[in-house]
Amino acid sequence: MNELSASSRITYRAVMVRPSVARRVRGLSDKTLAWLFITPTIVLLLAINIFPLLWTIYLSFTNYRANRANVPTIWLGADWYQSILTDPDIWAAMQVTAHFVIWTVVIETVLGFGLAYLIDKKFRGHGMWTTIILLPMMLSPAVVGNFWTFLYQPQIGLFNYVVAFFTGRAASSFQMLGDVTLSPWAIVIVDAWMWTPYVMLICLAGLRSIPDYIYEAAEVDRASKWRQFWSITLPMALPFIMLAVLFRGIENFKMFDMVNLLTGGGPGSTTEVASITLKRAAFESWRTGYSSAFAIILFVTVFGLANIYVKALNRVKSR
Amino acid sequence: MSLDVTPAIARRGLADRVLRRGPLEAIATTIIAAGVVMLMQPFSLTLYSWSFATTLFGTVMFTIVSKVRE
Repeated sequence: MNELSASSRITYRAVMVRPSVARRVRGLSDKTLAWLFITPTIVLLLAINIFPLLWTIYLSFTNYRANRANVPTIWLGADWYQSILTDPDIWAAMQVTAHFVIWTVVIETVLGFGLAYLIDKKFRGHGMWTTIILLPMMLSPAVVGNFWTFLYQPQIGLFNYVVAFFTGRAASSFQMLGDVTLSPWAIVIVDAWMWTPYVMLICLAGLRSIPDYIYEAAEVDRASKWRQFWSITLPMALPFIMLAVLFRGIENFKMFDMVNLLTGGGPGSTTEVASITLKRAAFESWRTGYSSAFAIILFVTVFGLANIYVKALNRVKSR
Repeated sequence: MSLDVTPAIARRGLADRVLRRGPLEAIATTIIAAGVVMLMQPFSLTLYSWSFATTLFGTVMFTIVSKVRE
């Protein structure tokens, strides 16, 4: 034993130890092993998801302010909820959110499905076009927000010059981001530009899942292309379209980064979507209890929509 | 000899037919959707005020009925 080198001694010890550990592990039931593997994940989820959620629910019933953490908190009951749900300014923010969500979802669905329908025809070079169309989706929302701010510049922005080229109107005569009428549409255009490819991908998956023999049977029955579209293509791709609509609806309901970079909620409060109002209440006015209540209201709405989303997803999976 | 030709499903009570996951989930989904519409509609502040309660009720109902048998 003394003649053994250091590495040999380590190996020898490992060999000595291994059987007992192995025996101990081998003695565990499948259920215990499963728990052993998922416990770190559960602990992590509890720490970064569940605990902050429960803490936010608690704060939403108090007058807590994060910038005055030493001040004793007072239990207010549902006062903040009542205040938010009767506040015309928050109601206006919800309507701005509704305008943003409805128009982006409509535009993205129509354009996304149209593009998917064209790409599904497998024309020459369709692979290259698919890649090009998908490029905006791969960019970071922060990057998109920044470069669209430049594109919308009235003096040097490319967008204004393109509009001027097609309409004959002077490029510097309108401001997409500074005009109360145009700015809500400016954010809709950017979101549609960025996320239409995503809707296209989902719709393409739906179109590719339709078996060819259905179209062949329709051809035998001499159904026109128009009839095939309304009776086969659209009904069979509908669950996928619904999935895309729900996903984009949920995502845009909580949209923050891109709108914050483009307009910051302005001019005035014309593009102040709910998440920007929430950020202002939480980190500019430091009304932590109030903003927690607002966050819970938005959370319940998103959670409710997510339930519908999961139901739609299960329907798609069962096909 | 009498043959019972009535299908088993017909003998089920109204509660058995209604208290199934499918219809209950559909009701919960409709309530959630109504709550979301109430939250974002521009017509009535009263509807907006009741939107959270409606969505919360629908969500809790959905969570419960998703555990009900098929």
